[in-house]
Amino acid sequence: MEYILMIIGAVLVNNIILVQFLGICPFLGVSSKVNTALGMGAAVTFVMALATLVTSLLQKYILLPLEITYLQTIVFILVIASLVQMVEIILKKVSPSLYRALGVFLPLITTNCAVLGVAINVTQQTIIPGHGFSVIDNTLYAVAIAIGFTLAITIFAGLREQLELVEIPKGMKGVPIALITAGILAMAFMGFQNLV
Amino acid sequence: MSNSKLNILTKGFFKENPTLILVLGCCPTLAVTTSVGNALGMGAATTFVLLMSNIIISALKNVIPDKVRIPSYIVIIAANKNSVLDSALDGLGMGIGFTIALVLIGGIREILGAGSFLGFQFIPSEYNMLIFVLAPGAFIVFGFVMAAVRYIVNKSEEKKKHK
Repeated sequence: MEYILMIIGAVLVNNIILVQFLGICPFLGVSSKVNTALGMGAAVTFVMALATLVTSLLQKYILLPLEITYLQTIVFILVIASLVQMVEIILKKVSPSLYRALGVFLPLITTNCAVLGVAINVTQQTIIPGHGFSVIDNTLYAVAIAIGFTLAITIFAGLREQLELVEIPKGMKGVPIALITAGILAMAFMGFQNLV
Repeated sequence: MSNSKLNILTKGFFKENPTLILVLGCCPTLAVTTSVGNALGMGAATTFVLLMSNIIISALKNVIPDKVRIPSYIVIIAANKNSVLDSALDGLGMGIGFTIALVLIGGIREILGAGSFLGFQFIPSEYNMLIFVLAPGAFIVFGFVMAAVRYIVNKSEEKKKHK
């Protein structure tokens, strides 16, 4: 039960994009098509889950026992950077079309604040009350957060595909109207507040 | 200061404003603009980091071997080919532009959402629109400010072309 509550909380109530404002760059950058958005969601899910798993292990067995938690930021960034490099190599082989569609935003997952944000967040708070620092809990939480990311970016891409057909003032075209749409989407997600 | 140097400094203010035109650094723009005070603090911190990293990278660019240059690319690419002074001016201009954008958005959100400016309350709290301090307000205000600035920049560019 507590795991279900945790997942609902991470996906809907504390949605990483629309409530916590992390990972806005890919949210605006690769959300013009639903397919690309889904691909980006999958890549971020993979990186986020693996990164949180590795960084949680590092935190528990290396950083905390040796009392060198002040190195956290650098260590985590290195882990994330090498994981992204791996995803890039795999994706280039497996799906060149998706690789091209994601473009510069794929290596930019390295500096995506959502990934680093989640990795650091789970070291600062207990995910499920009473469990303490648990690597499995942290990884599950990261997956749930990443699902929330994929959900938000996919819905948003669907909206933007429709938006392409609408006549709007020139200054509003592109990112500004996308941001206003995101604002309305964030209002909808506010309805989930106090759900858990 | 020669004209081109001044241009490097001022292009970051509006014409190449990092958040409003280049759409970089959106996360802090949305997250910390709930009030003018927060926006000013974040803007000052970013300006300092940009200025310092630009100076250091462009000063060290001849010393750093090509292979380990990638980490510095992450920080900022433009610094690679410019002189130290140009990079410093560019960083400073970008930082100031970032601060302008943050303060603009923060100001609108604080006035509409909390009825105050820099903590000074001038609209009674029953007339405040709380939505502007919350998440949706950040997106909406950011969108409208971006549209307005793009409109103004486009207009002035067109005027220059006609001359």
